[in-house]
Amino acid sequence: MTPEPVGIKRELMKGNVAICAGAIAAGCRFYYGYPITPQNDIPEYLSAHLPPIGGTFLQAESEVATINYLLGTSASGKRVMTSSSGPGISLMQEGLSYMAGSELPAVIVNISRSGPGLGGIAPSQGDYFQATKCGGHGGYRMPVLAPHSVQEMYSLTMLAFDLADKYRNPVMILGDAVIGQMKEPFVPTSYVSTVPEEKPWSLTGCAGRPRRIIKSLHLKDDEIEAHNWKLHRKYMTMREEEVRSEPTHLEGAGIVIVAFGTAARVSKTAIQWARAEGLPVGMLRPVTLFPFPSREVDEAVSRADAVLVIEMNTGQMLEDVLISTRHHDKIRFLGKPCAIPTPEEILQEIRSLAGEIGVKAGNVR
Amino acid sequence: MKNKAKEKFTKQVFSRPRSLLDVSTHYCPGCHHGIAHRILAETIDHFDLREKTIGVAPVGCAVLMYDYFDVDFVEAPHGRAPAVATGVKRAQPDRFVFTYQGDGDLAAIGTSEIIHAANRGENLTVLFINNTTYGMTGGQMAPTTMLGQKTSTSPYGRDFRNDGYPIRIAEMLATLEGTAFSARVATSTPAQIRKAKEAVKKAFDMQIRGMGFSIVEILSTCPTNWGMKPLDAQKRVLGEMSGYYPLGVYKERKQADFA
Ligand SMILES: Cc1ncc(C[n+]2csc(CCOP(=O)(O)OP(=O)(O)O)c2C)c(N)n1
Ligand code: SF4
Repeated sequence: MTPEPVGIKRELMKGNVAICAGAIAAGCRFYYGYPITPQNDIPEYLSAHLPPIGGTFLQAESEVATINYLLGTSASGKRVMTSSSGPGISLMQEGLSYMAGSELPAVIVNISRSGPGLGGIAPSQGDYFQATKCGGHGGYRMPVLAPHSVQEMYSLTMLAFDLADKYRNPVMILGDAVIGQMKEPFVPTSYVSTVPEEKPWSLTGCAGRPRRIIKSLHLKDDEIEAHNWKLHRKYMTMREEEVRSEPTHLEGAGIVIVAFGTAARVSKTAIQWARAEGLPVGMLRPVTLFPFPSREVDEAVSRADAVLVIEMNTGQMLEDVLISTRHHDKIRFLGKPCAIPTPEEILQEIRSLAGEIGVKAGNVR
Repeated sequence: MKNKAKEKFTKQVFSRPRSLLDVSTHYCPGCHHGIAHRILAETIDHFDLREKTIGVAPVGCAVLMYDYFDVDFVEAPHGRAPAVATGVKRAQPDRFVFTYQGDGDLAAIGTSEIIHAANRGENLTVLFINNTTYGMTGGQMAPTTMLGQKTSTSPYGRDFRNDGYPIRIAEMLATLEGTAFSARVATSTPAQIRKAKEAVKKAFDMQIRGMGFSIVEILSTCPTNWGMKPLDAQKRVLGEMSGYYPLGVYKERKQADFA
């Protein structure tokens, strides 16, 4: 474990509140949202903490309106955030498409729940498709960050604002009820911006400069085609430059787990137990779900004897894993659509997988 | 002597408003979007707001209005202009923010956003163009379509048993506490245009003074989709439409709530 920086205290905080702290640290002063379980601590916290520091909190009439408040504030050149859960994120899809088309930055937090429909409020990773493939119209992409600790709820929120500004694009944080409600100590590191503060495209009134227009409509054939390719190149740059993943005990691991967020968090415990039994298990945890760490996944799968994909759904990231590698015969799946897999369950899966492929327990330390 | 006479006789009395660009618009002959644009631009100039204004464009025939105005503009999804404008105004309370919306945009798909913007007393100004149809998509029925009016999706005429009744927005929004100003005007005669300008000025003034939400509904024409000659379209506004949609000021706040 790295030593704590001098002068920075650890704090005990809920994941959802750590998102708020990260947003405020990153200079976000505008939050709009509509209540939905299991993310209500975010608007509740910000309604109390934004106004005293000169920020704006506004409860919207719907998520449809919410995302369009974001569009307006983003067009004004300000950092802005919303949070919701599956059904509310569904209502934001039109606005997200417009923001992607108009190249407007914003941070959208999805503390997802199980679906489809009203589904349930149990922890779930059922929104992987909607987040990473983008549910709105026209074909666009956005970076999706998947925190697995309170520390990351804080730090990835700060990163999300920088990525949003860097690419002029919405960025989503995909969490779930466990990571949102979980309290654990974290270090509130200070925010260091990696992007310029000026937004030479923002709408501020055309005093002393030509007017500016922010739009997504391009009626001429060649114009919309050029715009589509421009956006495509931007998404390709994200794929080149923004992939983030965390390897754990990958060296010499015969069995590799691929999991994100809460599923990865629980897997870490199971991996500890399995390694204590001498089973050579490691993990590759995608931190960015888009761009997906395809190269890293392929390398890990190539070197492993078997790969166990674990998700709190019936197999969504699994499809990206399958696209990333040719070694489909090595891949197994453990899915829990509406519940947290227990470390015991995962350990059991690891043991039977080890038996199946003939991985011998040995000294893995 | 000679120069003085020249000065007297060459004084410019009519010109393009500074806020309007010198371009031709895509509007059909006899369409009143152009008149509404001009009133809007003149009022921006009147209050010297060009460099402080952010306009929010609708989805409808006026979707390209940002090509005609020399001010900053953002495009909103269909019906969401009041929400986008809210986001702009909250971020920049010292800027002048307006939306310009048709009756499909404002009175159908965007009813939730307009009602809540008004009810919050959002300090915005809205120009609402009521031409009793969806112009851009080819003249389908709108919530404002008159009973009996034939459109491409009410080929037998609008029937209240199937489609309900034409909705009166200016009156409805006037009932909301947050609304500072709500009026309905028309632009089918020079006298009406003068009155319309006065109403738009008042609406602007409400925002400038921080009084809250202001809206001017403008009874407009769509000769193309009404299947009428421009002159007959004017007659329809002056007769049938003004009968169901009475012109007038429905709310005018005299004193701000915070005063
Ligand atoms: C979500 C969505 N639904 C439908 C449309 C198609 N559409 C474009 S303009 C329009 C109606 C515009 O009518 P109105 O607001 O009355 O304005 P006008 O064209 O008459 O000025 C519709 C339905 C769209 N662009 N987006
Ligand atoms: S279709 Fe109707 S509303 Fe649209 S520009 Fe033509 S006349 Fe005007």
